[in-house]
Amino acid sequence: MDVWDDYTEKVMEHYEHPRNVGVVENANGTGVVGNPACGDVMKLTIRVDDDIITDVKFKTFGCGAAIATSSMVTEIVKGKNIDDALKVSNKVVTDALGGLPKVKLHCSVLAEDALKAAIDDYRKNRDSGK
Amino acid sequence: MKAIYMDHHATTPLDKEVLESMMPYLTEHFGNPSSNTHEYGHIARKAVEEARKKIADLIGAQSADEIIFTSGATEADNLAVKGIAWNNRDKKGQIITIATEHKAILDTVSRLEREGYEIAYARIDEYGLIDLDHLASLLKPETRLISIQTANSEIGTIQPIAEIGQLAMQHKIPFHTDAVQALGKVDINVIRDHIDMLSISAHKMYGPKGIGALYVRKGIKLTSLIDGGGHERGMRSGTLNVPGIVGLGKAAEIAKRDMKQEVDRLLILRNRLADGIDKQIEHCKLNGHPIKRLANNLNYSFAYVEGESLILACRDVALSSGSACTSTSLQSSYVLRAINVPESLAHCSIRFGLGKSNTSEQIDYILELLVRNVKKLREMSPLYDLARDGIDIDKLNWSKHTH
Repeated sequence: MDVWDDYTEKVMEHYEHPRNVGVVENANGTGVVGNPACGDVMKLTIRVDDDIITDVKFKTFGCGAAIATSSMVTEIVKGKNIDDALKVSNKVVTDALGGLPKVKLHCSVLAEDALKAAIDDYRKNRDSGK
Repeated sequence: MKAIYMDHHATTPLDKEVLESMMPYLTEHFGNPSSNTHEYGHIARKAVEEARKKIADLIGAQSADEIIFTSGATEADNLAVKGIAWNNRDKKGQIITIATEHKAILDTVSRLEREGYEIAYARIDEYGLIDLDHLASLLKPETRLISIQTANSEIGTIQPIAEIGQLAMQHKIPFHTDAVQALGKVDINVIRDHIDMLSISAHKMYGPKGIGALYVRKGIKLTSLIDGGGHERGMRSGTLNVPGIVGLGKAAEIAKRDMKQEVDRLLILRNRLADGIDKQIEHCKLNGHPIKRLANNLNYSFAYVEGESLILACRDVALSSGSACTSTSLQSSYVLRAINVPESLAHCSIRFGLGKSNTSEQIDYILELLVRNVKKLREMSPLYDLARDGIDIDKLNWSKHTH
C-alpha cells in the first residue's frame, strides 16, 4: 500500500493544485514553524487590514499532507477576522480535507501553529506601532 | 498499478523461466525430499540437490552440501549470527558488525547484546565504506564473528569483502556476509574471498518470495534456531520448500549466466539517470559511494524538497524514500543517519533501484518527472528561498521537534 493511499481526493487535489502559494508582498504578519530536521517547515505570511485577513500565502517544505493542509488553511482563513481565524483548529483544517491518515495528523497541527504564529506576529507589529 | 517499477532493492518480479521451473514441483512432483522409500521423494530430493548445486556455483562454494535452505535472508542472517553466538552461550564474547546492516542483523545483535554479548560496530566513512584499520583494531580473542554486508540496500555501497575475509581468516574468526543485494551484480567467490557464511534471498534476484539460503562453510557449526527433524545437516529443521528451492536454484543459474551482460546494461541506465540528475537539477547530493556501488542503485537527496512529496509527484514510478514521512515510525532512514547525512537532507532522499524491466525510455521519463517536480516543489519550499538568500538552513535556530 502506498503511504498516500489513505489520502482523500481533497488532499490530493490540494496537493496537486495548491492555493495561495508564495509570500504576501506587503505582509504584516509572518509565521514560520517546523524544522527541516523533522521533514516539515511551514511559512505563512498574512496581510491584515482592520483585523481582517485580506491576503494570505504559504510556502511549505513537507510531505503531501503538509502541503495540502497549508493550502487548505489559507483558503479557510482568507477574509476572516483574526479572532475567528484563531478558532481555526487543526481539526477544522483536517475535516475540510475529508480527514488525514493518522500518521499525518501532526501535519495539520503545523498548519494551525503557523497560523497562530503569523497572527501573533501581526499583533506584535500592530501593538508596537509598526 | 504503477507504470514503472524502480524499487528492485525491495523485491523483484518473478522471472517467467523461474516460474516454469517451479511449476511441476507444485503439482505432480509434490513429494517430500525426506521420503526415501519411494519415487516421489526421490524426484523431489533430486530437484533440491540440483538447486543446491546451482546456488553453490553462483557463489563459488566447494560443495553443494554447504548450502542450507531457509525461509529467506532474514532467517539466514539470524541463523548465521545467533548460530555462532549461541555456540558460546556460557562465555558469550564479541560480535562485530556495522551500523548500516539490514535490520535482520542489527536487531539480532541487539538481542544478543541484551543476552550479554558484546557488540562492536566498525567505523564507516561518509560513503558507508568500512574502515578496515578500525575493524582490525576491534578484534580480540573473544571475537566470535564478523558480519559485514556485501552491499547496502539503500545506498548501494559495496564493501571490500575480500579484504575483510582475509583479515578474518588471519585471525581465525568466522566471517559472515549478507549478500542479498549483491548477488547477480557483484562477483562473489566464497573461497577466493574467504567467506565462511553468506546469506541469500531468492526474491531479490527474480526468484520467489519465502525462500533463501545460508552458505555455511564446511567445518563451521551453528546452533540451530528451529528444532525438529534434523534437516539441512541439523541446522534447519522443517520439510523443504521444494518449489521455492527449485525457483531459487533457477534464479541463481540465471543470475550467474546473465550477470555480466545485465550489469553492463544496468550501468548504462544508471549512469544515464545520474548524469541527467547532475546536469539538470541543482543542489543534489548523491548518497553512498560514487564508484564502489551496486550497478542498479542510486540514492539522491534533492535539497529543500521533502522525499514523500516528490515520490507523490512521481507516483507513476514505484520508488522509495528515506524520508520519515514514508515510514510509520516517523524516523528518517537509519542508514543515511549512520553515514552522517544531515536530517534535513535525509528527508529529501529518493532511492532508485533499477532492474531487468527498466529501459532507457523509462530513465528519460523519470528524469523529466524529477526535473519538473523538483522545480515545482522548490517554488513552494521556504527552505529554497532561504538557500537562495545564502542562508545555511542547518545553522538556523529552528523550533524543537514537533513529533
